[in-house]
Amino acid sequence: MGIEEFIPDGILTTTVEKMVNWSRRSSIWPATFGLACCAIEMMATSASRYDLARFGAEVFRASPRQADLMIVAGRVSKKMAPVLKRVYDQMPEPKWVISMGACASCGGEFNDYAIVQGVDTIVPVDVYVPGCPPRPEALIYGIMKLQEKIDRQRLKPTLPAASPAEGTGAA
Amino acid sequence: MSTATETPAATDAKSEPNTITLNMGPQHPSTHGVLRLVMELDGEIVVSLRPVMGYLHTGMEKIMESKTFTKSITVTDRMDYMSPLGNNMAYVGAVERILGIDMPDRATTLRIIMLEVMRISSHLVWLGTHALDLGAMSVFLYCFREREKLLDLNDMIAGSRMTPSYFRVGGFYQDVPDTFVPAVRKFLSEFPSALAEYQNLLTKNRIFMKRTIGVGVLTGEQAVDLGCTGATLRGSNVNYDVRKAKPYLGYESYDFEVPLGKNGDVYDRYLVRIEEMKQSLRIIRQALDRLKPGPVRSSYPYLFPAKREDVKKGMEELIFHFKIMSEGFRVPAGDAYFSIESPKGELGFYVVADGGPKPYRVHVRPPSFIHLMALEPMAVGRLVSDTIACIGSIDIVLGEVDR
Repeated sequence: MGIEEFIPDGILTTTVEKMVNWSRRSSIWPATFGLACCAIEMMATSASRYDLARFGAEVFRASPRQADLMIVAGRVSKKMAPVLKRVYDQMPEPKWVISMGACASCGGEFNDYAIVQGVDTIVPVDVYVPGCPPRPEALIYGIMKLQEKIDRQRLKPTLPAASPAEGTGAA
Repeated sequence: MSTATETPAATDAKSEPNTITLNMGPQHPSTHGVLRLVMELDGEIVVSLRPVMGYLHTGMEKIMESKTFTKSITVTDRMDYMSPLGNNMAYVGAVERILGIDMPDRATTLRIIMLEVMRISSHLVWLGTHALDLGAMSVFLYCFREREKLLDLNDMIAGSRMTPSYFRVGGFYQDVPDTFVPAVRKFLSEFPSALAEYQNLLTKNRIFMKRTIGVGVLTGEQAVDLGCTGATLRGSNVNYDVRKAKPYLGYESYDFEVPLGKNGDVYDRYLVRIEEMKQSLRIIRQALDRLKPGPVRSSYPYLFPAKREDVKKGMEELIFHFKIMSEGFRVPAGDAYFSIESPKGELGFYVVADGGPKPYRVHVRPPSFIHLMALEPMAVGRLVSDTIACIGSIDIVLGEVDR
């Protein structure tokens, strides 16, 4: 057969990068950052019917220090913006942000003096989920997209990509 | 973000009691959104409590001045997002009062069904999160199981689970689909057993009783003075329900009871809301029996666009279609206040029209905002953990508090 013959049973080979990404994407812990209507849909996503636990992201953490995903669920007012930034800063690296709904993504319906027109003006956003509020299916899709994004992450961005076509390559 | 810091005043002055200031929120799982509570604590006893709000201020009343009367309906959905159709009703009710519209029977009956469905849906979120705050996780999952069925009804009528914006000034844009009534009937047959299930989990639960009985007591007098309405008032044994006191949509012709509490504590408010859900089922059942086929739009002129086939054939209809879609209908100068018994309490809209197609001014009387003021008398003198029970029991939604 080849090299497989020399590997005993129960052993898998992989790269450190793939393994780390796999573990990160499979247990995303979101911080409870419910703001408005979207927060209720976020709760519905984690509740009985939609069961976010199937995607490994059901452990909503009350403390940002234990979370690695911030789902900005709802409209961010200008009074809330510094708080949001602070919560984001308190989260340990690596961390991701999902902007859930129209208000968080771009201000949505509320283009006025009170609402921040897009949370990406305050924190870097990885995935935008459209909808007002997005259906739980949409949020789950957003989380799956984030998982794909995590899969592609490099542990050391300076190293060249280790794809089979390119070979190992000199670092 | 719950951080405790010792106040300078408490450390240097010896005569002062040794209190600390605890900042709870605005990012805290038990504050039901972005409420911030600044609590002065003596040990674990709350000495004073000050709610700080505005973290979700959206400027909705101002926004409505720049939208037509129809478009403003979508803004009201996002105030109390647990019962969007209730907000729709209070707003369109005020506009309809200025116009002096009479509604077809089918529209009022359908509205009553939807409002009571919203009441159950809102109470389910309240029950789930209230129990979750007190440490009963499973109740939350059970409540959301039933709530999904109600959101499916929203989905059915309007294509949106949480923000249907289904009501229009003068009735509905279109009738409900044929599947709506059977779905409501199915829910009516399923829900009583689910309600019994929640009560099995909580009503005689020793932990739940210990954490709620005698906690957050609000006397009837206090509740009236603070302007409380809804279950917060009725839990304190004051019989006031807008559906009975100032009936709208013909609620006076329905047979239902207004449940009252005795002691005004968290437990009584829980019992009142559970009983309210049962009464809502009764009202829905009666309304379904009365539901007859018929128009769902008021005969008041120029509120709704013309029929699609007429728009394709007639020039006048086409012009009118463009006019009403771009500019909206005009409301004669005047003002009106309209209040409904929303799941949270008395929700009122005051609308001023100046003869144009947009409201000149809209003001909301949000029950949650007023109930928030009742938090201090409830929580002071008790443990911090009791404050959590009190927040849950007044059933606030921050979208409505801050608007």
